[in-house]
This record gives sequence, C-alpha cells and structure tokens, in this order.
Amino acid sequence: MTAVVIPNGLRAHCEGCARVEVEAVSVRGVLAALEARFPGFGAALGENVAVAIDGEVFQDPLYEAVAPESELHFLPALSGGR
Amino acid sequence: MAEDRKYRWVGTRPIRHDGVDKVTGRANYGADFALPGMLWGKILRSPHAHARILRIDTSRAEAMEGVKAVATAADLPEQRPGGATDLSNNILARDKVLYHGHAVAAVAAITAEIAAQALDEIEIEYEALAPVLSLDAALADDAPILDTARRARGMDDTGPTNIAARVDFSRGEPDQAFASCDVVLERSYETQTVHQGYIEPHACVADTKADGLVEIWCSTQGTFTVRSLTADVLGLDKSRVKVTPSEIGGGFGGKTTVYLEPVAALLSRQSGRPVKMVMSRDEVFRATGPAAASRIELKVGATQQGQLVAATARLWMEAGAFPGSPVQAAAMTILAPYKLDHLFIEGFDVVVTKPKVAAYRAPGAPQAAFAMESLLDELAQQLKIDPIDLRLANAVAAGDQLPYGPRYKTIGMKETLEAARDHPHYSAPLGENQGRGIALGFWFNNGLNSSAEVYLTEDGTAVVVTGNPDIGGSRASMAILCAEELGIDVMKVRPIVADTETAGYTDVTGGSRVTFATGWAVVNACRVIIEDLRRRAAQIWECDLEQVAFDDGRCLPVEGSGLSHDPLSVAEIARKMGSTGGPINGQAQLSARGAGPGFATHLCDVEVDPETGHVDVIRYTAIQDAGRAIHPAYVEGQMQGGAVQGIGWALNEEYLFDDEGRMENASFLDYRMPVASDLPMIDTVIVEVPNPIHPYGVRGVGETPIVPPLAAVANAVKHASGVRMQSLPISPPRLLAALQEQAAE
Amino acid sequence: MSKLHVETIINGEPVEFLCEPHTSLLDALRNEVGLTGTKEGCATGDCGACSVTLDGRLVCSCLVVAAEVAGHEVTTVEGVAEAEQLHPVQQKLLEHAGLQCGICTPGFVVAAKALLDRTPDPSETEVRYWLAGNLCRCTGYDKIVRAVLDAAAELRA
Ligand code: FES
Ligand code: FES
Repeated sequence: MTAVVIPNGLRAHCEGCARVEVEAVSVRGVLAALEARFPGFGAALGENVAVAIDGEVFQDPLYEAVAPESELHFLPALSGGR
Repeated sequence: MAEDRKYRWVGTRPIRHDGVDKVTGRANYGADFALPGMLWGKILRSPHAHARILRIDTSRAEAMEGVKAVATAADLPEQRPGGATDLSNNILARDKVLYHGHAVAAVAAITAEIAAQALDEIEIEYEALAPVLSLDAALADDAPILDTARRARGMDDTGPTNIAARVDFSRGEPDQAFASCDVVLERSYETQTVHQGYIEPHACVADTKADGLVEIWCSTQGTFTVRSLTADVLGLDKSRVKVTPSEIGGGFGGKTTVYLEPVAALLSRQSGRPVKMVMSRDEVFRATGPAAASRIELKVGATQQGQLVAATARLWMEAGAFPGSPVQAAAMTILAPYKLDHLFIEGFDVVVTKPKVAAYRAPGAPQAAFAMESLLDELAQQLKIDPIDLRLANAVAAGDQLPYGPRYKTIGMKETLEAARDHPHYSAPLGENQGRGIALGFWFNNGLNSSAEVYLTEDGTAVVVTGNPDIGGSRASMAILCAEELGIDVMKVRPIVADTETAGYTDVTGGSRVTFATGWAVVNACRVIIEDLRRRAAQIWECDLEQVAFDDGRCLPVEGSGLSHDPLSVAEIARKMGSTGGPINGQAQLSARGAGPGFATHLCDVEVDPETGHVDVIRYTAIQDAGRAIHPAYVEGQMQGGAVQGIGWALNEEYLFDDEGRMENASFLDYRMPVASDLPMIDTVIVEVPNPIHPYGVRGVGETPIVPPLAAVANAVKHASGVRMQSLPISPPRLLAALQEQAAE
Repeated sequence: MSKLHVETIINGEPVEFLCEPHTSLLDALRNEVGLTGTKEGCATGDCGACSVTLDGRLVCSCLVVAAEVAGHEVTTVEGVAEAEQLHPVQQKLLEHAGLQCGICTPGFVVAAKALLDRTPDPSETEVRYWLAGNLCRCTGYDKIVRAVLDAAAELRA
C-alpha cells in the first residue's frame, strides 16, 4: 500500500485523515483511489497538482509510478494568475 | 550518477563564445531589432492605483495621421474560466485598473512621437477607488476589495477578501513543545517591494502575417513561455506563434512572463505591419513585476545548549494586483535548513493595488531567510553560542525531512558553514563601529524540461543548439559539457540559442536550471553521438560494436579485444560521415529530476557611521555548494551578483508610494541600486558536494546567492551598532532613527 | 516640422543624419545611424549604458542633444576595437568574465577606456568611483573592477 500524506488544507475533504494508504501504481491511480474513498477530493485538490514521491518533487506527476512502499506528499499548489 | 574522473574542460574558464560580440557592441538585444515598415507601439497607463474603467474613447487617436492601430482589452478574446484571465487583464486592463501604471490601451504609429501624442488623445473615464497599499490596508476589516468575486483558496469561504490563498505545513506539536524550551524568541520582520533591476527594459518586435502567423523577436528568459502565453492571451494555437530570442540584458526572474508581446502582436494584426515596443525605465518600475513585500511573524524555541526544538511562522506576502506572490516558496524554505521536530508554518497570498509581482531570484526565500537567520543570530547571541556552531548543530543532512514532505539527498549545507568558519574572513579583526554578520541560504533549484541537439560538422567540430536564452554565460557551459563528452576543443564547439521552431521544447532560463537540466540534455545528446561514432568505427574496422570503446575524443579497440587498430578521432570519423551512414547528429530531451538543493553561507562586515546612519559594506565573502562548477568564473559571477542584489535589498532598495498609490521613485536616480563605489570585492568560495543524480554532479547556482545577504547585512549592522533592524531597508534615515532611539533608552 | 541635418565624425568617419531638434544623441546613434551597440537603460543619465565619448570626454549620450554633436567627434563602443584587435579593456573583460548578460558592457568598455586614457595607473578606489555612473546588476562589479585594473597593467607594460 502506498502511503499518502495529506496537507492540512485538504484534510477537511478526507474525513480529517492526515495519512491514507491506497493501492495504486501511479499518481493517477492514487488520485482515483482517493476520489473513490472521498468523493470531491479531486475537485478540492484542483488542477495543478504537485507531489513529492519518496523525496522527489514532481510538478506534473499524473503518470509517475508509485511503489507499494512509496510515500507521497501533496504540495499545496499556489500558482493562480501568473 | 555523478562520475568521478579527471576533466579536461569542466572546471576551466574558457572565454565565452558570445563574448566578442558583447564587448564590441555587435550583440543584438531586445531593443536593437528592426524590420522594414515597422511601426512603434506605446501603451497608455492608468493614472490611478485603483479605479473602475467607465468608458474608453479611442476615436480621436484613431483618426490621427500616422496612427495605424489602437487596441484595448475589448480587442482581446474573453478567457475561459481557469484560462489566462489575470495575465490578459494585466497586459490590458478590462474593467478595473489595479495599480498606477496599469496598461489600459495601446497605439501603433509610424513614429514613436506620433504614438506618444496619440496616447494623449485617448479619453478614459474612471471612477476612482481607494488604493490598497500595504498588507495592513489589504487585511483591514473595511478594506476595499480588489476583486469581489474572488475567494481565498485553501480557506473556508471567507466572503470577499484580499487574501487570495492560504497554505500551511505542520509537524509535531509546536505549542506543547514551546513549553519545554529553555528559551523562546518571538519576532516580526518586514521587507518592502523591490525590483529585479535588470538594466535592459522589456522590448519586442511582433509581426502578425496575413495568414495569422505571429512572429516575435524579444528579450525573454523563456521563448517557449512567451509563445505559450501570447497564444493563450490571443486565443491562438501555439504553433501559430514563433518566438526568436534576442540577447537578454538581465532578467533575474522578471522576464519569465509577458507584458508587451501579445499587445504588439495585436497591434500588428490590426495594422498589418510589424510593431516594435520598448518600455521606458519608468514603465519598467511602475508596471513590471517587482518582488513581494512581506511580513513574517516567527517564533523559535530552543534548549540552553542551542538545540532547536520548535518553530512557528506566519507569513504574509503582497502579490500585487493579481494573486501569485511567492509565499508558498517562502513558507517551504523558511525552516527547511534546520532539524525541527515541531513546526507550524502558515502563509497568506495577499493582493494589493501595486504591480503584479514577478519572480526574483529564489522567489520568497530571501524574505524568509531574513526572518529566520536574523532570529537565529539573536538566539546565538543570547545563548552565547557561535552563530556558525548554532547552525551546524541544527543543520539538516541527507535523510532529514523537509517541512513539506520530501527528504534531503546529498547536500552541502554543513560544508558551506564549515568553509565559512575556516575562512580567514571569519577571524579577521574588526575596528570601531564595525560588525560581522553571517547568514545561511537555502533554495530548492529546479529541473523541468529541456531539449538539446548536437550537430557534428564534417571536420569534427560541433554545433550545440538549445532553447535557453543565455543570461549569464550559459553558452560557455553548454560548450564545455559538449567538449568534455566528445573530447574536442571547447573553442571548436559553437553553442547556439535557437528560436521556438528550431530548438525542441525547453522551459525558461530560471530556477537555476539551465546548466543542470539543459546541460544534462546536451550531455545525453553527445552520448547519442558517441554511440553513433562507435558504431561507425566498428563498421570501418569490420568488428563488433562491443569491441569499440570511446575515450577522450577517440574510438579505440576495447582492451583485450585482440584488435590493434589505431584510434579514430572524432574528426577522422566525421570526415568519413558520408561513407559510414550519413550525418552525425545527436538529440536528447528530458524532464530533469533531482535538482539538488543549493546552500550558501555568507559573511558580511559592515561599518556603521553613527552620525549619519550610513552603512558601508567593507568585506564580503560568499560561500556556496555548486555541486560541480562547470565554468567556475560564471559560478562566482552568480554568487557575487546575487550577493550584491541582496546587499541593495538590505540597505537601500524599496518602492516608495504616495497616498494615491503612485510610485515616487521610479528612476535609477531615486531607486538606488548598488554602484561600484558602494562595494568591496566580493570574495567567493565554491564548495563542491556533487549532486549524485547528475552526470557531472551539477547543482543550480543562480538563485541561492540572493537568499543569505539580507540577514547577513542586518546581523552585521546589529554587531556594529547594537541595533537590530527587523524591517528593511536599513537606509540611513531609518538606521539613524533606530540609533537615536537606542541612545535615548 | 522639418528635421535637422547633422554632420559629425563618429568612430573616425564622417557621418550625416537627420533628427528632430530634441532627439538625443543616443536615439540618433541607435535609430538614425544604426549603431545599436550603445544601449539605453534609463534615458535619464543614471545608468551609463549609453556612455560614449564626445571629443574624448565621457558623456551619457541620452543626455546629449544629437544636433549639438555637429562638427564634433563621437566615439562609441563600436569604435573601441581596432579591426580584429580588441582593446585591452575588452579583452580583459572577457578573460575575467566581467560580463554576464552584457547589456552594461558597452558602457563599461567606453567608460573604462576613457579612464585609462587619462589615468594609466588607477587604484581600485579610483576605478570604483570612475565607474560609479555605470550600473551593472549582474556581476556585483568585482570582476569588472579586476578586469579594468588588469587592462591598465597591460596597457602600461
Ligand atoms: S541610458 Fe543614458 S544613462 Fe541610462
Ligand atoms: S552584465 Fe548584466 S548588467 Fe552588467
């Protein structure tokens, strides 16, 4: 199971969980699993998701692979009107 | 993997390949380009900091002789939700103007004079609104709201607000942990709006053809960014826009967006002629991205022995007229260099009626480091611990987790601190009214997307084509990496910066990424060529590919292969290209991962004049981990330039606004940047802790150097004068007032 | 409005151009004569990017009215190197990496040459004060100052 660490700002959308374990092989799979468990989570996350997987930051991560022992952190995106 | 081997070119200091053109005046910058039949474009700017646009009448201007086009926001397509709305509204205001100098209309005419006169003929009726010129004003309960439809991201519905977004990070239980600390310091820090201060104003020429194709020549840090943003604003396919970079006269992050290009393209479409637009210095100050003003409330707790235990930070940053201050980066960096089991960081992006901020070298990090490094200096003094020892005792190392999740790999933080402690500067004697400050800086660095092509010529020299405008000598670094890989003379490599239809997609020159990421693409493109050269040698020798090795510019039989051919040099094989399979080209592209973070430690000595409050920087040493310095002279140059920009930020630079929101010092005379006579030599020490993921161990170097100086200077001023300045700049009147206050106490 | 006809010497050669009465020498050089090596950073005399010499005297060309150079001699950055031979100031700026973006470089070349023409053996402080009218935002001045001192030494040798 891949561990997903949820930032404070998003915990309201996943029943307050700080850490969620999901079964997935890619970031896309992680997002799908979260959405299945917490409907609306994806919308709260927004379009430009950045994540850190095992210490490495990915700005455009949808198809990046995750392993069962991976730890994934969402980085709050704060772009908005450049 | 960083390879440990002896290098022939990496680490040397060849003369840059574009150098002769730049010292003889032949190099063409943004404003140097011209096309036949070209018109001159000018922009009408708002005289109000905050107002509703009630009516625009351009008819008189349009009727003027010599005027060929007049444009307003009405000529731009409406943006879909989530599109380039803010950008579009920034380059031509639609319903409201949000800062003094905000573009409202544009004219193209046969001469610049006529265009300027035509601006006077445009009638605009405004309903003036109250300006919002500070964080306090923006956050006040009765604050005028810039955009009543906007809601704060990352917060429960707040109703209309000037807070555009909130972020936070946390770990442990800081509030409880403070209770167990021997000492807790709680301080507030402020910095003002400053400008990147590149010497070349923004400039472009745009030519929209009858078939709708747009060609742009401009000074930019990112040709592909200009292509993308211009296409977005004008509602065009990206393939309809071609961008050719001129030489660029500085940017520091400020030329990573567009101001003029879509407007020039629009005027060109309307007039059917090429349009040139060049900003004045006044326009650069008033209407291009400055760096964010900030307020940071910081609380840090430690043990008597100097172990950091807990910290909380609240950060507010001004985004200017539209959302997007670097507060997230500031929040991510502020506590990043130190081991802390308990922390809470909260950041707010706040809009005000000032120009929209743009990136400025390590955006957000200098303001954050000013706070943290000032507070640590105070803590060290209070605990009677050497400030370098205090930082060393709490320094992060490989495996430690950043406040926002990832873990550090190999980093050079401790190495820069140790190099500072061992540097003669740190023990040099100080005189009366003199003091020494130290400060540390951290920056993520970036990877992103790069492409590179390497073409071998028929005599075995090489052309390297990349898409990153060369802002500080990066062509030389590309050439060095190519020469090292192919084993040919660095001066026989010709590095080219190409347009968006010649180079493959490449992200901006920014994020300290060019030598790291684009250099890596060059290395990989060379390796494609090396494979091809080996294949050709095998063909010539009628042997297997595995029997051919490549080393130092030559193909040679693998040891033990039983072959006894004389080595074949790159040039020899290149001469045979026609008979061995045709042209020899290598291409590579990558999304570069693993940009190793940069760390720097700066030492600053100042002398304070107690009579005037004037601060003289008398000695300065910048120490930084470069991973591996490809061209050390340009690495030193980045360190020196960043340090001096930081010194300016600390001592003098700030935007001054009158009550109406008009910038009062929009000139180089009144916005005072450091000049040669203000400064000593800037000593540099390059520390090399190779970035393990990069083939040459490179880390970005361009941004980190501006992170430490704000606090290094402020700490030095404290030790020289006894006054701790928590608000920048430390200009003579402000310091004098603080000195007088201290004397009165 | 009729334009003024100006005859002058630029980089040793006779040049004629037309300009408005208020046109600056900087604009005339760049837009009328086609010498774009002289740069504009401010147009208010505060950055030195537009430095040229007028009868050997260092001036900001943005502050000089173009029509006033009639009958005088102007030297721009394009006139500093002799054919293939760079002036030592240019050569040393390259060797010391005294330029990053290079937009300030034409101004520094002209200003430093003007200094060395009159003061062959300047101190570091003299160099720093002479060049205080030339802004460089990229380098922090260190490598520029070293290059100028080195060029002075070479010229004396
Ligand atoms: S352009 Fe003349 S001094 Fe700046
Ligand atoms: S090298 Fe860029 S301003 Fe001097």
